[in-house]
Order: sequence, then structure tokens, then C-alpha cells
Amino acid sequence: MFEIRFHGRGGQGAVTASKILALAAFNEGKYVISFPFFGTERRGAPVTAFTRIDNGPILLKTQIYYPDVVVVLDPYVMKSSDVTGGLKENGFLIVNSRKDPMHYNHGYRVATVDATSIAIKLALGNRANPIINTAMIGALAKATGLVSLDDTLYAVREASPSRKEDNALAAQEAYESVQLGLAQ
Amino acid sequence: MRRGKIKMRVMQKHNAIMTGNEAVAVGVKLARVGFVSAYPITPQTTIVEKLAEMVANDDLDAKYIEVESEHSAMAAVFASELAGVRSYTATSSHGLLYMHEMLHWTAGQRLPVVMSVVNRALGPPWNIWSEQTDTMNQKDTGWMQVYCESNQEALDTILMGYRIAESQDVMLPLMSMEDAFILSHTSEPVIIPEQEKVDEFLPKLDLKFRIDLKNPMGYGSYTPPDGPFMELKKDLMESMKNSREVIQKVTGDFARTFDRDYSGLIEQYRMDDAKYALIASGTLASTGKYVVNQLRDEGEKVGLIRLRFFRPFPDEEILSAVSNLESVGVLDRSISLAANGFTATEVRSALYGKSDIPVTGFTAGLGGRDVRIDDFLDMFKTTKKGKGGNHYINVKEVK
Repeated sequence: MFEIRFHGRGGQGAVTASKILALAAFNEGKYVISFPFFGTERRGAPVTAFTRIDNGPILLKTQIYYPDVVVVLDPYVMKSSDVTGGLKENGFLIVNSRKDPMHYNHGYRVATVDATSIAIKLALGNRANPIINTAMIGALAKATGLVSLDDTLYAVREASPSRKEDNALAAQEAYESVQLGLAQ
Repeated sequence: MRRGKIKMRVMQKHNAIMTGNEAVAVGVKLARVGFVSAYPITPQTTIVEKLAEMVANDDLDAKYIEVESEHSAMAAVFASELAGVRSYTATSSHGLLYMHEMLHWTAGQRLPVVMSVVNRALGPPWNIWSEQTDTMNQKDTGWMQVYCESNQEALDTILMGYRIAESQDVMLPLMSMEDAFILSHTSEPVIIPEQEKVDEFLPKLDLKFRIDLKNPMGYGSYTPPDGPFMELKKDLMESMKNSREVIQKVTGDFARTFDRDYSGLIEQYRMDDAKYALIASGTLASTGKYVVNQLRDEGEKVGLIRLRFFRPFPDEEILSAVSNLESVGVLDRSISLAANGFTATEVRSALYGKSDIPVTGFTAGLGGRDVRIDDFLDMFKTTKKGKGGNHYINVKEVK
């Protein structure tokens, strides 16, 4: 079983990201479950969402404490929350950042992608609140190999309420531009 | 990840990913419900939102009305059902409590309504997360109660629910439960049954005593002490008793039609050679099964009894399920203030004088506190010791 935890802020689309990933893996024949830690979300408040992927039915319905992958949609959340808490040794940390992956290396396999610039360039959301979730899923697909680019693009198109092609483009650009750090 | 055999197997079976609340709305549509009353409350709201969308898009041929309170939501459903129309509403938490009076009226009038309740904690303090105290507080209203474990079961229970409720031997309303967020807002693969098969499984409602303008009748009229008041209450009790057999039959029919077997009032998980077991309901039973598998891998002879129905209470089924056990634990995600767990109390009552097995009660997960793998390991360990009593799980010291 693979466990993925998303950290972002209300309005960035962390919950949708968890669903897109689930849909991509489902399309590859996996069993999936995705769920938010549903709080009193407001725009800007820290948000957590979860996805589990397995070969058989998923019975475990707790939150995810020991993720294989952590996806950070807003690097500033890392200042206030312990986003890598419980992240497995050799796990993946995928951050929306312009910085080099080495900047974040704490013994995980780190990948960085400038999802914010991709979203702004494609006018997804607006400059103040760019919608970066579809780019982050593209970066996750490349960095982890958990889902193929084809299935990722399919899921992004399915799950995007509008601007399907621009969102798919965001995922593809992130897939191509993600920077992969070296495992330590 | 590789594609291959698994893809075929899963893709043939499941045809959508949806939240529990979306699955419930699909169930309501497939049941060809003709009337929906709606009043919003988190975390139920997305059910009636989805139904509003279906009605607006002509996907569901139903009358949809927004009311001004949950009390009115049930009053409206009472009236439409009495007119012979299959009716539905949904609520949560304080909304359900506000509806309490009308729950008695609907059951007493013998109206086979099905309602969804998304289990949410009661304040104060204010809390929107998962807890079953809201519906446990309605256990004496004459409604049947089902606690669902998966989104698939949430959908399927709407279909089975109407069949059971509308049976001539039952004629009682049924509430189907989803844990707040853990089912209601969680996306899982779901199989959507074919409408044709559903129509075959669930025929149109034929309410014998429906309002008929050509044959006016009084309903729920004044009944003096020597009128049939006491007889009607006793008859309702008899029907609740009869429902057990109907539930078993309908669950069997459902399994034959749709190839999914919910096995009746309880589900026994890895119980064949078990020495101790936990009784649990809703999504906690699902995580409990996961932990049973872990413990089985370590050689522990452990099982789980999933309570699907709380009303009627499966006392005989539980007595039989625990007959070869050395100890049993009961997990409640609810609290009967001053009396601990609702389920533990019922289980002890069911076993009284018939079994000497030690029953250990656990209260966990109130107000949506996550019940983790370690919490289950703790409960299984305490159950195995067979010391009885009631224990609070993962509760902090209050100074």
C-alpha cells in the first residue's frame, strides 16, 4: 500500500489533488481511497488531504501518519507544520518551490517544481491565488513513477471542472520540469 | 506501477470513484424516490445538493422541496409518504435531534421512509466530526438503524432499506448511517448497479393505507386509554421483531441479484477459530478488520464482529457469534452520558444469563478523534485479558 499526504492552504486545491491522484491510479487498475482532513477550511488556512493506493480493497480508514510521499503545495506551510512528520525513510518529499531540491534534503528523496510560475503562466487561478494542484500531480507522477503521465493527464482532465486542457498542460509542464534531488 | 491482470479485475467491477454522500444520492436516484425534503447541515449537505442537481437536470423525477427546519423536513416526508410516494430526506447531528419528535410520528404511523444520517458529534462544544451519539439517541423511536462501512454499502443500503422498510411484515422507517467525513467526504471506487436490476429488486411502493381522496380517512387520531393505543405499540414491537427475518431475506436477495453479500444483521470477520474478538460498527469496523489481519499474521486467534444493524438489535446473532470466544470487546464511538457505551450496554443485556463471557467496553473516537492502529492494538490486548469494565481510548489527562 502506498500512502500520500498533501499539505497546502485552503484554495490551492490540495483536496482535489488527492482525488486526481486517486483517479489516475484507479484508471491503472488500483484500489484507491482519498479524503481530506476536513476542518473549518477557509482560504489560506493549512489543509491536509490523503490518498491511499493498493492492489486490493483498502480497509484502513485512519489518517495517514507514516506516508510514503509528502506533497507540499505551499512551502511556507513547512514553517508552521511538521509536514515531513512520519515520512518513511527513502520516502518522497515533493515541494512547490523554485529552489534546488538539495535545499530541502533531510534524507528523503526530494523533488522541487515551480508550480506557481506554471499556474500563473497558464492563468490558472490568479496571481494572488494560483491553482497549482494539477501541476503538483504532474511533478508527483514524474518524481515517484506512481502513475503514468497518460493516466495523470486523463485524471486531470476528468477532475478539472473547467479549463481542462490548460490544467493538463500544467501537469505536463511540471512533469517535464520537475527537479529531482539525489537520494542520500 | 504496472498495468496487467489487476486492471481487468478492478475495472470490470468498479465503475466510478465517488464520495459516500455522492454514492447515497445515486442510491436514492436508483430507488426512484419521488419526494425529497431538504434542510442543510454539515456533513450531510452534499447529499441533498447532489439530489437537487439530479432533479434540476431531470435525472431524477422527484418533487424536491426546501424546508425551514429538520422538524419540517421529516413532517414533509411523513405527508408525502402517506400519499403513497417513496420519500427521502437526510440530516446530521443537531438536525436529527430537532427531528426527534417527528421520528416517533413517522414510525408510529408505520411509514416506510428511508433517511440518511451522517453521524456527527453533538455540542457543546461545537464539533462537526464523526461520532454516533446523534443516532444512538434515536434508538427508541421505532426506526431501524444500519451503520455503513463503505461507500458501496452506503449506496446499497438505500436500495435494501426501502425493500425492508416497505415489506408488509415490517412497515417501519429505516435510517442508514455514514460516519462524518470518513465516509461522507471520502472518495472510493463504487459499483453503480444497473437501473433495470434495481427495478426488479425494488418494486414500486404500494402503500395500502395511502391518502385517497375518494375514500377519506383519519390518520393518527385521538385514541383513549381503552382504544387500540397499547395494541398499536405492541404491534410495532412485533414488526420490529419480524424485520429480522425480512432483513435476512432481502440481504440474500440482494446478494443473488447484485453479487454483494452483506450477510444480514451482523458480519463476522475471521471468526472461525477466533478466541477473542471486537464488536464494532461503521468505518471503525473497517480499520478493525485491517488490524485483525495484522494480528492474524502474528498468529493471534482474533476476529471482528461488525454490527450492521443496531435496530433491530442482533442479540441472537451476537450470542451465537461469541459462543466459542473466551472474551469479547465492544467499541462505541458514542457516549450515553452516565452509562458509557450504547453498544456495550446492549451486548451485555443480550448476553445476560446466557453467556459468561467477559465483556469489555471501549469508548473511542468521540468528536472525530482518529482511532489509530495503535488504539486498536490496545483494545484487542485489553479484550484478550477479559477483565471487563469500560475503558476510554486515547484520552488525555485533564488537570
